[in-house]
Amino acid sequence: MKPLSGLGWIYLLALFTFVFAPIVASVIFSFNSDRFPTLPLGSFTTDWYVRAFGRAEVWTAIGNSLIVAAVTSFLATFIGFATAYTDFRYGFKFKQAYLALALLPPTLPLVIMGLAMLAWLSQVGLSGTLTGIVIAHVVLATPFAMAICRLRLSQMDPSLEAAAWNLGAGQWAAMRYVILPFCGPAIVSALCLTAAVSFDEFIVAWFVSGLNRTVPVMILEILQGNVDPQINAIGTVVFLTSMSLVIAAQVLIFRRRRDG
Amino acid sequence: MMRKFDPYPHVWRLPLLLWQGAFFVVPLVFMAALSFWLVKNYRMEPAFAFDNWERMLGRGAFWDAYWLTLLRACMAGVIASLIAFPASLFLAFHLTPQGRRFALLCLIVPFFTSFLVRAYAWQVILAESGPVNAVLGGLGLGPYTMLNSGFGAMVGYMTLVLPLVVIFQTWSLAAIEKSLIEAAANLGASPVRTLVSVIIPAAKTGLVLGAVFAFIMTFGDFVSPFYLGGSKPPTLTILIIDTTKSGQQWPRAAVVAIVMILTLFAVATAALKAAYGRRG
Repeated sequence: MKPLSGLGWIYLLALFTFVFAPIVASVIFSFNSDRFPTLPLGSFTTDWYVRAFGRAEVWTAIGNSLIVAAVTSFLATFIGFATAYTDFRYGFKFKQAYLALALLPPTLPLVIMGLAMLAWLSQVGLSGTLTGIVIAHVVLATPFAMAICRLRLSQMDPSLEAAAWNLGAGQWAAMRYVILPFCGPAIVSALCLTAAVSFDEFIVAWFVSGLNRTVPVMILEILQGNVDPQINAIGTVVFLTSMSLVIAAQVLIFRRRRDG
Repeated sequence: MMRKFDPYPHVWRLPLLLWQGAFFVVPLVFMAALSFWLVKNYRMEPAFAFDNWERMLGRGAFWDAYWLTLLRACMAGVIASLIAFPASLFLAFHLTPQGRRFALLCLIVPFFTSFLVRAYAWQVILAESGPVNAVLGGLGLGPYTMLNSGFGAMVGYMTLVLPLVVIFQTWSLAAIEKSLIEAAANLGASPVRTLVSVIIPAAKTGLVLGAVFAFIMTFGDFVSPFYLGGSKPPTLTILIIDTTKSGQQWPRAAVVAIVMILTLFAVATAALKAAYGRRG
């Protein structure tokens, strides 16, 4: 088994290298002086950062992205939690359809979602606004929030809520003092993950945004021009942001728990 | 006796129905209706006409794009499954549960990082004068043209889908009863025989789901074919974007979108049947 195990490690390492190569390369290129990076690398520079973050429109886009991600994460986490709790607590007619509605959106190709959103939002006068982007991002992010909250609820003993009722707590009090505290880490985790989903989404945002560009939409538009290492600088910041959010979400939900 | 109306359950049940109803279901239904509208003088007018459908489905270029997209999605499903499988086997049977969990959590991370920036990084890495060709040149090979080709697009597709396929496969492989495998070995089955007759059938659900998700994501991806595949010949997603952005032809783009949804629905249904169906 020994040689086989060695081969296994090499294969696994190769696969991880492939998956993470673009992320690592982007960070390296962002500090590299060559416009067209190759091996051996050029000299170290922070020039691309200075140039990229010296542009006013970059800061406008960052502001837009932060607003959209913040509002999206609150709305999506609320809807996701409410849906997870409904699934946990209630059985009802058409529950299969209800759950399908809750989980299907991420399987729809984003280009189709973008077209449908663009067509619909221009009918109701919301295309080209940040509100329009938030609306679309909540649709995309809610299933992730729902999945995280549902995972946490499945670790809860259903009789806990009933015990609170027997001790005289109303439904709202049981929610306030039993369920919400139990789901606290999952809710924070969902806030992080949905913010990451919104922060990185660019196809629907591109269809819908008009002149109110978010960071990834701006990257998309720069990319349609020419090779520009500023993208690596902006991209490195974007990677760091979304990876921090995702890792925070994972730590919160998968941390070794003392409570149960 | 009338029971008092209790708002409590509705507070939790309604948000999803209202939001996904108004902003997911309605836009899709509206898009379907839009495919029957007419465009006159660059303005869309409500109608119930089959012009867009006839125009798009009667076009050879549409079907070229359709078969290309379908072929690439099938290839990506198969290739990703084959590449992922040895890694998943290793993760499932040679790593401790903690090691496995850590590896899978790592693989989840890129799923939530900008695919656009990752595609751009591949553009630089695979360029004619990029690092890969520099290394190959040092070995006396190349330079190879890797971008703006089916190969370039496939690199993009794999970056997108491999982590997810590994997660699905590992999850179902790790769930196999170890005693089942030991029993096969005790009965004298060779490792290959055990793999083919015991492990693969037992892990069928995850293997099929992994391949199907790879298919779905490749079928709907626009970044890989556009930025790494050179956008010519176009895939269906590129067709939708070109049609949408040129002269308000949203109704024709809607036709393409609906054909895509129907295709995905058919494939997903067939695959779910295969994944959860009776083991044959």
